Amino acid sequence: METASKEGELALSEVIVVTSGKGGVGKTTTTANLGVGLASQGHKVALVDADIGLRNLDVVLGLENRIVYDITDVTGGHCRLRQALIKDKRFEGLFLLPAAQTKDKTAVSPEEMKELCGELRQEFEFVIIDCPAGIEQGFRNAIAGADRAVVVTTPEVSAVRDADRIIGLLEAAELRDPKLIVNRLRSRMVRQGDMMSIEDIIDILAIDLLGVVPEDDMVVISTNRGEAVVQDDRSRSGQAYRNIVQRIKGEAVPMMNLDEGGLMYRLRRMIGLK
Amino acid sequence: MLDFLSRMFGREANGSKNIAKERLRLVLVHDRASVSPQLLQTLKVELIQVISHYMDIDEEALEVTLDSNENQVALVASIPVKGMKRTTRSLAGSI
Ligand SMILES: Nc1ncnc2c1ncn2[C@@H]1O[C@H](COP(=O)(O)OP(=O)(O)OP(=O)(O)O)[C@@H](O)[C@H]1O
Ligand SMILES: [Mg+2]
Repeated sequence: METASKEGELALSEVIVVTSGKGGVGKTTTTANLGVGLASQGHKVALVDADIGLRNLDVVLGLENRIVYDITDVTGGHCRLRQALIKDKRFEGLFLLPAAQTKDKTAVSPEEMKELCGELRQEFEFVIIDCPAGIEQGFRNAIAGADRAVVVTTPEVSAVRDADRIIGLLEAAELRDPKLIVNRLRSRMVRQGDMMSIEDIIDILAIDLLGVVPEDDMVVISTNRGEAVVQDDRSRSGQAYRNIVQRIKGEAVPMMNLDEGGLMYRLRRMIGLK
Repeated sequence: MLDFLSRMFGREANGSKNIAKERLRLVLVHDRASVSPQLLQTLKVELIQVISHYMDIDEEALEVTLDSNENQVALVASIPVKGMKRTTRSLAGSI
């Protein structure tokens, strides 16, 4: 994107924060998949776990055994940024800055986060920040150094409501035009009229759609192994994340049809209900 | 049988998603209003401006609130009028 490039910064470098408001809707999963997806295409990516006190991104990426220093060691001046960054050996160019597990959100300030992001910008094309749930200081910290924001929601009343609140707070913090990812969509339920559709959600939130990720057991299975589903060529969620990665890079990729292939879809077509 | 089929293959009108949408719509009316308490204040100021063209109102006693019951949200304004302006009729006539 057109971030004004200061001296030493990569012209294309971008800091993206992944937010949601409501907990457990898929921020960490999204962050990991974006990181792996971008890195597997040769990009230099730093993933920052801003969920201080509830460190997760390390286990989702399968890097939990390699942590020496964490983000608070960097901001507190106990080590250099380079020392705290864990290199993912599977992907050239993918690095993780882990959260502290034993401290709380006040261990880092928004100013420190800004500085940290500025430093990461000089070396990485993409800096992706995994935001904690909530709207308190952890959220403030996570968004402080970001150029743009991604909002993750699920198709449920509570999650969409919280997403709406987050969008308001992001805009108040001058992070304009956040993009939406709808996660865990169950197309069967949408067809039956028992789950809000993408159109419904977009209509209510009035923001741009970055992508739709279906509910998929492969997300859990990959996460169990410390892998990202984006690498799984056969899964639909993997395809969904690959599409999102391309859109993050600015390419126009059509939304995939989550209906096609479903048994009900075919049956409905057969009897002419579609 | 047709009923069974249409339930089986989904008919949106019967589904719970419409309930979800409606509840969400309502709750967001409140949330969005409460995200910016300035909004009601701004609305008040502009209301006063408009109404003052037509009548003298008690600006101090003016009350504007969002009132909600189960399935509707209403903007309720209580605006004590102190007196009518003489120009009211001609203004109204010109609209
Ligand atoms: N598309 C999906 N299909 C199935 N399971 C999913 C999907 N997306 C996420 N999950 C599962 O949902 C759970 C929560 O996901 P995740 O940890 O990414 O959420 P989070 O928003 O980061 O949570 P927190 O707010 O606690 O940080 C995980 O167990 C994850 O594997
Ligand atoms: Mg998380």
